[in-house]
Amino acid sequence: MGKPAKSYVSTTNACKLCKPLGACLAFKGIEGAVPYLHGSQGCATYMRRYIISHFREPMDIASSSLGEKHAIYGGGPNLKLGLKNVITKYDCRLVGIATTCLTETIGDDTPMYLNEFRREFKDLLDSHDSPELVSVSTPSYSGTHMEGFHEALRAVVDQISRSGPRHSRITIMPGFVSPADTRYLKEIIGDFGMSATIFPDISTSLDGVAAVVYEKLASGGVPLSEIREMGASPASLEFGRTLDKAHTAAGLLENDYHIPCYSLGTPVGLRETDRFFETLSSLSHSPIPEKHEMERGRLIDAYVDAHKYSFGVRAVVYGEEDLVVGLTSFLAEIGVKVVLCASGGESGRLKEAVGSVTTDLLSEPPIVVEGVDFHEIAEIAERLHPDILIGNSKGYHLARRWGVPFVRVGFPIHDRFGGQRILHLGYRGAQSLLDGIVNAVIETRQEASDIGYTYY
Amino acid sequence: MKAVKEEPNALGIETVDPDEVKQTLLAKVPTKVARKRAKQIVINKTGEDPEVPEIGANTRTIPGIITQRGCTYAGCKGVILGPTRDIVNITHGPIGCGFYSWLTRRNQTRPAGPDDYNFMTYCFSTDMQESDIVFGGEKKLRTAIQEAYDLFKPKAISIFSTCPVGLIGDDVHSVAREMKEKLGINVFAFSCEGYKGVSQSAGHHIANNGIFTHVVGLDDAVKGGKYRINLLGEYNIGGDAFEIDRILEDCGITVVSTFSGNSSYDEFANAHTADLNTIMCHRSINYVAEMMETKFGIPWIKINFLGAKACAKSLRKIARYFEDAELIERVEEVIARELPEVEKVAEEVSRRCEGKRAMLFVGGSRAHHYQELFAEIGMKTICAGYEFAHRDDYEGRKVLPFLKVDADSRNIEELEVHADPERYRPRKTAEDMERLQSEGFRFKDYDGMMPEMMKNTLVIDDISQHETEKLLEIYKPDVFCAGIKEKFAVQKSGIPMKQLHSYDSGGPYAGFRGAVNFYREIDRMVNSKVWKYIKAPWQESPELTARYACD
Repeated sequence: MGKPAKSYVSTTNACKLCKPLGACLAFKGIEGAVPYLHGSQGCATYMRRYIISHFREPMDIASSSLGEKHAIYGGGPNLKLGLKNVITKYDCRLVGIATTCLTETIGDDTPMYLNEFRREFKDLLDSHDSPELVSVSTPSYSGTHMEGFHEALRAVVDQISRSGPRHSRITIMPGFVSPADTRYLKEIIGDFGMSATIFPDISTSLDGVAAVVYEKLASGGVPLSEIREMGASPASLEFGRTLDKAHTAAGLLENDYHIPCYSLGTPVGLRETDRFFETLSSLSHSPIPEKHEMERGRLIDAYVDAHKYSFGVRAVVYGEEDLVVGLTSFLAEIGVKVVLCASGGESGRLKEAVGSVTTDLLSEPPIVVEGVDFHEIAEIAERLHPDILIGNSKGYHLARRWGVPFVRVGFPIHDRFGGQRILHLGYRGAQSLLDGIVNAVIETRQEASDIGYTYY
Repeated sequence: MKAVKEEPNALGIETVDPDEVKQTLLAKVPTKVARKRAKQIVINKTGEDPEVPEIGANTRTIPGIITQRGCTYAGCKGVILGPTRDIVNITHGPIGCGFYSWLTRRNQTRPAGPDDYNFMTYCFSTDMQESDIVFGGEKKLRTAIQEAYDLFKPKAISIFSTCPVGLIGDDVHSVAREMKEKLGINVFAFSCEGYKGVSQSAGHHIANNGIFTHVVGLDDAVKGGKYRINLLGEYNIGGDAFEIDRILEDCGITVVSTFSGNSSYDEFANAHTADLNTIMCHRSINYVAEMMETKFGIPWIKINFLGAKACAKSLRKIARYFEDAELIERVEEVIARELPEVEKVAEEVSRRCEGKRAMLFVGGSRAHHYQELFAEIGMKTICAGYEFAHRDDYEGRKVLPFLKVDADSRNIEELEVHADPERYRPRKTAEDMERLQSEGFRFKDYDGMMPEMMKNTLVIDDISQHETEKLLEIYKPDVFCAGIKEKFAVQKSGIPMKQLHSYDSGGPYAGFRGAVNFYREIDRMVNSKVWKYIKAPWQESPELTARYACD
């Protein structure tokens, strides 16, 4: 699906962020890793302040701080000097180097510089327990933050994972989900009696505890040893119906190490979560733990109870493509009529993915648009008379203009508290989303009444 | 302004030897880094000797060192033009830069009416793709300008260049000229590529030069008001400019234009009709005042509305400039009306804040001006530094003739400005200026931050994340002021952190009411009990956990 009928060349109020930001988030989910941007220092500053405003946690991103001279003569010396300083200061386990528009445009050969660095600074690396240096190409003019996120994961696997004797730890690549989602996934895996590497894992590194002694490198994240052993994992699960295995970490594991890859939809709502639990059940050869069956049961009970509020509510959903697919699947289950699914991403697979999760439930599929901005979303949505808007903070102005309730999910959320703790996944996430959406609908009806009824 | 300075032994940090602290900060970093940083970490000396030590400033951040600084684009698009509501700002580049500068500062604005434009909540970008990088982005830029025009019919459109634009050689200025002619509205461009300068300061300069060249002077109509001033370097974070406007209005002083909090295109165009330029943030804008004096004959003075006493002093300074008994009297009335309430709160808050210690690492003038507010509630500033300032902001304008011009500064265009043949009009005769000065009135004065800080305080330029952590460990200040990037790292060290870029969600902090807001905010923070609960009761006394009733 292309752009809407009236198409613009320029972008007004983008519904996507830039590629290296996604890479930095992915690197932050690795234990002892420091994200490092090869480019102008402004990139690191901008992305830090943006990520920090959502998670309300420290987020260090180093930069090679290139100036005009380096833009002309190449950024190699600055890259190496920066690496030396980062390794000396942080005693890190990994430096995740993402390129930027600047260094991609001037054609810096980052992998070559890194090889030179490994030779020239062998002593330094040896004396700091040989941290890994991983690089990923992430020019912002090619793809969104989600491409950056997935390509960084793929680069890490490509450059670090090795084959070896098979172990029992499965790999789960949930995509860009919240720390709360990641913690919940860990709980589920534990309840199945399985062990898993959830990659990346930002559950602690971007949602840490209060402290009096500052940790230079936030604890948490996937240990390097586990990343190395991903090449010998019994299976990998990857969430996201719009992903192309040719560009994902799980696809690489399948291709290079013959690790079976289970491509699942992001488990938002009942049916996508059922598929996830079924997969875990079959991999672990054990039934769904009772605790989760009970949560599932309560969720369906809530679906029944909520139906009188949610049925027929017309929703506009936007954000990262895989989140949009998951949300649409869930909304269709609770009787919400999704009228528009929109994303700034352009995988070319969004329409098909939305179709595959809604055909059973909807007589009429929603309009699906890719590669759009909020201006275009507004133009289309206004003809569709939505009752509710669901997505990240950047859509606020549309909800305000239309006078409809706004349920915040995903990233970035910088006009509400607790974005990092929003639960989207699984039966529990669906329950939480359901309560939020139904209450938003009730609140709007209540506010619209002149009488002030208290019983709904 | 001497309210801040106190006796050295009143520092409360006498047990800490600043030389040792400096050595600790420089330890464990590569020798070359240490050598460079040593110049930017200075132990303040004041007292009998009026000279403060020299500090290294406005030099490039070392790669791999986590800095607070942003880029040239951020300074140009985000800081200076960000708070202007009715110019359509188009970011020419890939999507990130435009997205991250999409009203992320808490600049407030107040459109004149429902028909007044406000584009501040918009983010316009050419969203360059790979093909634009390869084949050039000028065509796309042209179309983007046309689309923005068709959608909004704005008074003006400006274009901001990001890193790739300069590298691939897009001529944004010729596109701007072409579209200006075609559309019949003002269209102008900024070559503010992120890699250009040392910090956002370069971007401020590029932005202000652009506004001066393309907008200031377009409207010669002298509008109403007896005492007409411009407020330069005030960005209306958290509504600061609204509070300043309220006070000035009460005094009968007219603000012709503010650069650039709550500003509009028409106000910029009319700025040259003012009779006095007053400067809040010296760093970001002093050169505009200089150029306006040369071209239009408007004198400038440094003022500061942060801190109730500083605010009163600044009002008196403006009144003194106009040498009008009516104004002087009116200003005194306003001060007499406003000050008692502020002092009452300051006294109450001081009971809980007296003697507590603050650190400020922010901006190009905020780290200086906020010391006034802390001093008014009895708090001491023990370490401070700027993110993007130059030596004159630390040591005073007397160092200006001695500043080294390096490749980075040469990169920023210095406009050659001459007296306007028709519109140059000295606001005061040379004799009057001289007389005022002989009476102690100071034009173009700024002594910088260091002369007003206590002896043995540490002054650190472009502080790094590592140095911040060390300072917190050593001094354990009662509050640390910087921006959101530092906020959570500081708080995870068990120390309250106040954002002085965006004010967290607070403000205004300028003016009289702003001072009250700030006192209360700091009182809330430095007296918070939350840090005491980090250790659970059973962690405090481990033996208790083992003693159960059933044992």
